[in-house]
Amino acid sequence: MDWIYDLSTWLQGMTAGAEPWNSYARYLPQLLQGVWVTLQLVVLSGVVGILLAVPLALMRVSKNPWIWVLPYCYIFFFRGTPLLVQIFLVYYGLSQFEALREMGWIWDSVLSQAYWCAIITFSLHTAAYIAELFRGAIQSVPKGEIEAAMALGLSRRQQYKKVILPRAFGMILPAYGNEVILMLKGSALASTITLLDLMGATRNVIARTYMNLEFFLLAGVLYLLIAAVFIGFFRLLENWFNAHQHATHLSTRQLDVQVQDEHLKDTAR
Amino acid sequence: MIPAPESTTTDTSDKTPALEVEDLHKYFGDQEVLKGISFTAHQGDVISILGSSGSGKSTLLRCLNLLEKPSRGQLHLAGEKLELKTGRSGDLEAVKRQQLEAFRARMGFVFQNFNLWPHLSLLDNVALAPAQVLGKSKKQAREEAAALLEKVGLGGKKDTYPLQLSGGQQQRVAIARTLAMEPKLLLFDEPTSALDPELVNEVLGVMRGLAKEGRTMLIVTHEMRFARDVSSQVMFLHQGRIEEMASPEEFFTNPRSTRCREFLSSHLAG
Repeated sequence: MDWIYDLSTWLQGMTAGAEPWNSYARYLPQLLQGVWVTLQLVVLSGVVGILLAVPLALMRVSKNPWIWVLPYCYIFFFRGTPLLVQIFLVYYGLSQFEALREMGWIWDSVLSQAYWCAIITFSLHTAAYIAELFRGAIQSVPKGEIEAAMALGLSRRQQYKKVILPRAFGMILPAYGNEVILMLKGSALASTITLLDLMGATRNVIARTYMNLEFFLLAGVLYLLIAAVFIGFFRLLENWFNAHQHATHLSTRQLDVQVQDEHLKDTAR
Repeated sequence: MIPAPESTTTDTSDKTPALEVEDLHKYFGDQEVLKGISFTAHQGDVISILGSSGSGKSTLLRCLNLLEKPSRGQLHLAGEKLELKTGRSGDLEAVKRQQLEAFRARMGFVFQNFNLWPHLSLLDNVALAPAQVLGKSKKQAREEAAALLEKVGLGGKKDTYPLQLSGGQQQRVAIARTLAMEPKLLLFDEPTSALDPELVNEVLGVMRGLAKEGRTMLIVTHEMRFARDVSSQVMFLHQGRIEEMASPEEFFTNPRSTRCREFLSSHLAG
């Protein structure tokens, strides 16, 4: 990453004496480093989150109370408590357990590291929201489409694999994109457990320069840019995955809106 | 082209009925919707099921492959008995899931609302079940699906998606999807009722072709002329019972019960 330092030096030369541009140029490497950490947090927790969400949602739609009660409580907890509390619970709370501290490498290189604590918390947190989205979508797959699969002799497993889950995934895509954007903004909380994400790096820089307004403004712009990239990415993904919907303007679109609305009711955190 | 169906009317060596239904009952709560239906469909039979709304036609058809769970009764498909037991809800359910799945795989069902999968292309809609359930290779399933789409007149649209089609086209794809499983028996649940009038004939045309091939079909329909032309037998349901079962000539020209006469006069007048 030497080129970033070269770029920084060059930009500093170009902007000598002109503030805040000269400071921007000087601290560019730190901020970009922060952007990179933020991206990792969001992408990793977004991917792990959706992987966790699928089994959670499948358990959640079960009619057997012994099966749905566990994901129900999980979702209730993670949606009902502040992300900040969750991240502190993991980062400061886990070390209270002797048994965990004696787990060798799992403790040394995962559970005691702020980076992995943040990823674990964000993944668990976002999984709860995505699972709830998935549950809504699974339940709104039209009954007739499932009956068609049953009538052809598909097993439960095949029905889920080939019809229900792909349909549900198509329905939640817009809301999932929305969830990732929320996670991007929530990821700023990682700075509270010493992690130098974009927010953490910004605060570090401000501690040295005292340029509060200038650097928080810059951080805001950088978050906006990242959000724009994610929005673009999800639009592409949707165009590709939901190609069948864009040919017409039929009722499947309305379903998406329904799922989104369901979600928006409880995204106020 | 499509290989000829395994059983045709010329095949007289095999006398096993395609479907036997014995004393089928269905309750919705306290209401008895089917009050003991028994009949036999032989191979090559085309049986039209007529009756006014609420007579139990659709429920009967849906009970045959357990999309609706019957409350009592027995089902035999090509001589094989479907093992049933009374479940917790009080209705019957299959003893073995696999047997039910195998039963359903051999019994095609065409829905009133087509129920195609909108996220899959027409080709994938048709090729999915043969690949998943019959274990055909993807390549073979797709080749056969393409041939079936050709057969129902949609060969040129195999890569488009269901929502881009008219209702009549969607229903033809649904028929192709059902045929892809090479079913012993085809069940049609009001296949033209959700269609605009000008689209009805293209679907009936495909169904006429299937009847001519000697396929065994049970058709719930309101299309009297079609029932008259195509059926080998007509079943008239009234309040959950078979009121009359007769050849189409007899049924349409000389119905025995007053209810049939009333039904026919109201449906043939228009």
